[in-house]
Amino acid sequence: MTKERKWLAVPYHLWIVLFVIVPVMLLLFQSFRGLDGSFTLVNIQTYFTSRVYLTMTLQSFFYAFLITVLTLLISYPAAYFLAQTRHKQFWLLVLILPTWMNILLKTYAFIGILSQTGFVNQGLNFIGIGAQQLLFTPLSFLIVATYIEVPFMLLPVFNAIDEIDGSMIKASRDLGAGEWQTFASVIFPLSLSGVRSGIQAVFIPSLSLFMLTRLIAGNRVITLGTAIEQNFLVTQNWGMGSTMGIVLVLIMFGVMFLTRRRRKGVTVR
Amino acid sequence: MTEEIIVSFDQVEKKYEKETVLKTISFDLEKGKFYTLLGPSGCGKSTILNLIAGFASPSSGTVSILGKDTRDTPPNKRKINTVFQDYALFPHLNVFDNVAFGLKMKKMNKEKIKSKVTETLKLVRLEGFENRDIAEMSGGQKQRVAIARALVNEPDLLLLDEPLSALDLKLRTEMQYELRDLQQRLGITFLFVTHDQEEALAMSDEIMVMKEGRIVQTGTPNAVYDEPINRYVADFIGESNIVRGRMVRDYAVSFAGKTFTCVDGGMQPDEQVDVVIRPEDLVLTEAEAGDIQIFVQTQLFRGVHYEIMGQDDAGNDWMVHSTRQSEPGRRVGLTFDPQDIHIMRINETEEAFDERIEQFATAAYEKTSKGGAGQDD
Ligand SMILES: Nc1ncnc2c1ncn2[C@@H]1O[C@H](COP(=O)(O)OP(=O)(O)OP(=O)(O)O)[C@@H](O)[C@H]1O
Ligand SMILES: [Mg+2]
Repeated sequence: MTKERKWLAVPYHLWIVLFVIVPVMLLLFQSFRGLDGSFTLVNIQTYFTSRVYLTMTLQSFFYAFLITVLTLLISYPAAYFLAQTRHKQFWLLVLILPTWMNILLKTYAFIGILSQTGFVNQGLNFIGIGAQQLLFTPLSFLIVATYIEVPFMLLPVFNAIDEIDGSMIKASRDLGAGEWQTFASVIFPLSLSGVRSGIQAVFIPSLSLFMLTRLIAGNRVITLGTAIEQNFLVTQNWGMGSTMGIVLVLIMFGVMFLTRRRRKGVTVR
Repeated sequence: MTEEIIVSFDQVEKKYEKETVLKTISFDLEKGKFYTLLGPSGCGKSTILNLIAGFASPSSGTVSILGKDTRDTPPNKRKINTVFQDYALFPHLNVFDNVAFGLKMKKMNKEKIKSKVTETLKLVRLEGFENRDIAEMSGGQKQRVAIARALVNEPDLLLLDEPLSALDLKLRTEMQYELRDLQQRLGITFLFVTHDQEEALAMSDEIMVMKEGRIVQTGTPNAVYDEPINRYVADFIGESNIVRGRMVRDYAVSFAGKTFTCVDGGMQPDEQVDVVIRPEDLVLTEAEAGDIQIFVQTQLFRGVHYEIMGQDDAGNDWMVHSTRQSEPGRRVGLTFDPQDIHIMRINETEEAFDERIEQFATAAYEKTSKGGAGQDD
C-alpha cells in the first residue's frame, strides 16, 4: 500500500518542483542580477529606497485592502442569509456561476456597461444627471474588482456558516442569548475560519490584479501586479520584476501568517 | 396540593406535517423532583423537551411554565436550561467561557461570574480545568461541563436529553450517582430523558413511560416496576414473565392450570387478564414442592445469577433468575408469594388503573411490600 501511495504522489511532487520551487528559485536568482547580468543587491536597494516603488506598494496594499473589505461586507450577509434559505445549494450555484466565465470576458462586459455610451450612463442621462466619466477611474476599478472577487469570499464564508451545528444556536438561545447576542457570540466567531480563508483568497490576488488596472482603471491605479508586468514586458528589467515578485511572495506569507488559525478562541465580550 | 408546579402540559398535541408526534399529553412537574421520561427511540421524548425549552410550539393545547402560557416566550426568556444529547459545547470557547456563557449574556459583573463559575466547576469536580479547550476534554468531562454550563444559571428546571448515553458503563453508573446527588443537594427540578430502564429506575422520583407519542404510565420507580399497567410497560421496565390468566374472583387468579391467591381485584368475574411475575421473584424448588412445575430448557450464567428458561405443562414460557443452579432437562418447581403476582387488565386506561390500584392493591401492597425492588435490579 505504501508503495502505491508513493507512486500516486509522484504527479504532486513533480508539480510542486516544476511549478512552485523552480520558479521561486528562478525569481530569487533573477532578483540578484543587475541589468548587465552580474550579481548585485541593487534591485533590492532600489526597491526599498525609491519613493515610486514604495508608494506603489502602499497604493497596491490600500486597494487590495478596500477590495477585501468590500467583498467581505457584501459576502458575509449574503452567505448568512443564503445558509438559511431553503434551496441554498441552488442559490449558491447561481451566485458562483459568474466565476466560470473568463475574467477577460467579464472585464469587456464592464467596459461596455461603464463606457460613455454604456448602460449606466444611458440611465444617468435618462434621469437627467448626465453622463459621467466612469471608466478609467479608481471607483470603477473597485467596483469591477469587487464584483470579480465576491464569489471567492462568499464560498468559504458560506461553507463556514453552513457547517455550524444547529445545536450551537439552540444551546446559545437556551442559555439566554437573544438573536443578536447569538450572532455576535456564537455564529460570528465560529464562522471566522471561513472569513480567514476568504481574506486569503481575495487579498493576495487583489495585490496583483494587473489586467483590470489597465482595461478598467486606465492605469490610474497601479498595483504590484501592473508594475511587475511593466518590468518584465516593457522595460525588460527582469531583475527588478523578480525583486517585486519576491516581495509579493513575502507579503503572501505575511497575510497567511496574520490570518492563520489562532489556537485560542475569541472570548465572549 | 401545596407543591409548586414548574411546568404543566394541558392536552398538548404536536404535529409535524402529517405525522402526529405527541398525542394529547397532560402532566405537571412539581418543584424539586427528579422526573424521567422513559421510552424507545422516536416516541417523542426530545419533542417534549423542545416544547418546554421553547424550540418548538404545540400544535394544540398549552404548555405553561410557573402557571403562565408560554406561547409567546422565546427560549432565551425561559428560566430553563438544557443539557443536550450531544452536549453542544461551544468549540471556540474554553471550559471557563463555556460555563460563563449564560451569565455573560445576562451581563453579570466579572467578579461575580468568576466566583460562580469556579463554584459550579467545583460542584461537578472540574476545578483546574478552566483554561482547557473543549477538544481536550474526555466524554465524561464534556458532559460535566455541559451540566455546569446549565446549572450555573440556577434554572427552575433542568432538562437533560440522554446525557449519559455516550458514556461507558462504569462512568455512566458513576454519573448517575453524581447527578442524583447534585439534584438532591441543589433542589432543582430535573427532567431527565433516557431509553434505559435501569437508569430510570435508579435515579427518578417519578417515571413517565412513553409509547408512540403518549404517556402510558406515570409513577414512582417502585410503582411502575411492581404494578405495570400493561404488557408494554412490564416488558419495557425490566424482564418479566407475562402469561394469560383468568380472574376467578377478587384476590384469586387462575393461570397455568391452577388458581392462586393474589393481591389484585376490581375486575369482572372470569375476566381474561395478563399475569406478570418478575424472574427474580420466582424461587426454584424441588418439583413436588413448587406452585407450578417447569421443564428446564436452557440455563445461562449471568454473573450475579443464573438465567433459567423453561416451559410449564400448559405451554407457558418462564424465565427464572436464581442464584442456585439447575440443569437443562430437569423438572423443577417454582414458588412465589401472592404479592409477586401482578395482574394487568387488557386495554385499561391509566385513570381506571390508578383508581383500581388505589382501591384494591394499596392496602395489601403496603402490608407485604418488600420495597426497593427498583434498586436491587
Ligand atoms: N423537526 C421535525 N420534523 C419532522 N418530524 C420530526 C421532527 N422532530 C422530530 N420528528 C419526529 O418526531 C418523532 C419523535 O421524535 P423525538 O426526537 O421526540 O424522539 P425521541 O423519543 O427523542 O427519540 P430518541 O430516543 O431517538 O432521541 C420521530 O418520529 C421524529 O421523526
Ligand atoms: Mg431524542
